[in-house]
Amino acid sequence: MKPLLQVEHLSVQFGGLKAVDDVSFEIWPNEVFSLIGPNGAGKTTIFNLISGLYQPSSGFITFEGEKISALAPYEIARLGIARTFQNIELFEHATVLQNLLVGRHCHRHTNWLQDLLFTPATRRAEMQFRRTVEEVIEFLDLQHYRDQMVGGLPYGVRKVVELGRALAMRPKLLLLDEPSSGLNVEETEDVSFWIEDIKHDLGITVLMVEHDMGLVSRVSDRVLALNQGEMLTLGTAAEVQAHPDVVEAYLGGAEDDPPPPTPRPTGGGDGSSPPAGGSMSHAASGLGRPGAGGGQ
Amino acid sequence: MRFLFKTNYHQDIRLFKHGGQVFWYALLAAVLCIAPWLLPEYYVSQLVFIWIYSVISLGLMVLVGFTGQISIGHAAFLAMGAYTEAYLHQLGWPFALSLTFSALIAGITGIIVGLPALRVKGMYLAIATLAFGFIVEEGITRAESITGGSSGMMLEPLQVFGLAIDSEQSMYYLCLIILVLCVLGVMNLLRSPTGRAFVAIRDSEISAQSMGINLAYYKTTAFAISAAITGIAGALYAHKLRFITPDQFTFLQSIELLIILVVGGVGSIYGAIFGAAFWFSVQQFIVMAKDWLPPAIAQQTGLQPTVFGIILIAFILFEPMGLYGRWLKVRTYFQLFPFYRKGLFRRQKSYMKSERM
Repeated sequence: MKPLLQVEHLSVQFGGLKAVDDVSFEIWPNEVFSLIGPNGAGKTTIFNLISGLYQPSSGFITFEGEKISALAPYEIARLGIARTFQNIELFEHATVLQNLLVGRHCHRHTNWLQDLLFTPATRRAEMQFRRTVEEVIEFLDLQHYRDQMVGGLPYGVRKVVELGRALAMRPKLLLLDEPSSGLNVEETEDVSFWIEDIKHDLGITVLMVEHDMGLVSRVSDRVLALNQGEMLTLGTAAEVQAHPDVVEAYLGGAEDDPPPPTPRPTGGGDGSSPPAGGSMSHAASGLGRPGAGGGQ
Repeated sequence: MRFLFKTNYHQDIRLFKHGGQVFWYALLAAVLCIAPWLLPEYYVSQLVFIWIYSVISLGLMVLVGFTGQISIGHAAFLAMGAYTEAYLHQLGWPFALSLTFSALIAGITGIIVGLPALRVKGMYLAIATLAFGFIVEEGITRAESITGGSSGMMLEPLQVFGLAIDSEQSMYYLCLIILVLCVLGVMNLLRSPTGRAFVAIRDSEISAQSMGINLAYYKTTAFAISAAITGIAGALYAHKLRFITPDQFTFLQSIELLIILVVGGVGSIYGAIFGAAFWFSVQQFIVMAKDWLPPAIAQQTGLQPTVFGIILIAFILFEPMGLYGRWLKVRTYFQLFPFYRKGLFRRQKSYMKSERM
């Protein structure tokens, strides 16, 4: 089996700052891969590199064997990589339906002249787009908001609409930038179910940046921990959380405050998830004291 | 109140959403068709101007209102259309062909002007288009062999498919038909991927490109379509005036067009037409008011710009959505009667845009 996305020796430098430093990993088809790390670790930068908003200083990214690090963002989107943004980037002055329809844009095959005259080809394409979009609306339970303006929707719903817009693209790889930030416990729960459904039912591979370790360990197959642009460790959620470097990155150096040898009780490698803590950034106590997880 | 129960996708796509709309638009069409026979010729002439300006503002709306790119050199596209038409008309080209050509030439100019838009935004784009406006104005004045320079160009009476357009009435119908066609074209764009791409670029460029929208292509397309529509209006304008000179296409004209847009309501097709209608009504009103105002005020120079300035400021302060926004509120009031609440249209708290990009 070939990896879907391959990142090799990726580095990017902004002036003197090395935001991403020699990061390599690959994502296999149909897995959920998470990037974790404290603020400024370079997680979102990696997203922006994959989706073509930044150009890498060195290293490259291949998607399905094709090198994408030199392509424009819209070309990368057309290859089948969809993404969401950390601080929602929706089209505010349009309805939910219209937002999702924009997600179908890369599947259009009419030109502007056909659109201007609204030829039968455009009409047929519109029908097709709407059918796909309605499926997404049903999948995410957005029926109620279908014709509402995005500008007036509550934060949680906007987050879902953004996920829906990415899903409407029917991508091969979905990049989720902090899907649960700003959501309450229930909404986060929904997100975790959706991610599982996206993986199993829609067969879409997911790459996600997330702080909520509960969500990460529930849905991820593999987790990559980053700190200050460098890779710390790669493995299952439990392995990564137990790794001394990760603990150090979140809690500070050993010379200040030696971390305990067994940071948290993990369920062994057999898939039973460790107790979900809150978000890692403020779960310092959870990592420090064994057994103090219990976010739910 | 009316509830729409949608049972198929066609309902979302069709231009008229319900029977009520069909009825009202049919009534409007009927009124507009008989209007030139009932109104005195002077008013018909004013209506012709309103139709032409509606086409112009519609063109500008595609660019400013829907794609979010500013242009303060739009009078240049108007000039391109007007002069192309005047020149080809002189050569004896049939109107359908010369009109198409005017749109084409203006559209190509639009593409050229659109190119800097790929690199610059906001204020800088405004300056670039402003500079372009001056270049065209200057170019027309200098190219005396084609345009007649500052002594202007005369246009012979128009013939469309063998029909002489020699009266205000016939001009009225011609302009109205072209306006309706332009409106239909823009509506079609808006309900198809191209229009959605424009709106996406307006609302968030960064997520537009992540959705597979080629910014360069669509910005240029927006400029081209906008310029072409304005060019069509320019051709009509030339025939309406029968005499065109470079000083009809100045920077002030471009500003005037933007004001029409703001007063009408940025971001809607209604806004373009409301704005044009309002503009000419106010002008008319000022002319009439001069008769009963004290001479000290009526004789003042600059009365009209002052009034327009005040109106513009008032709109920006009290009704940023323009006349269209007001129209929406009035309509909603009657639709919801007696349940209309005052805060219904208050802007919701809007969320922070991404700071990282």
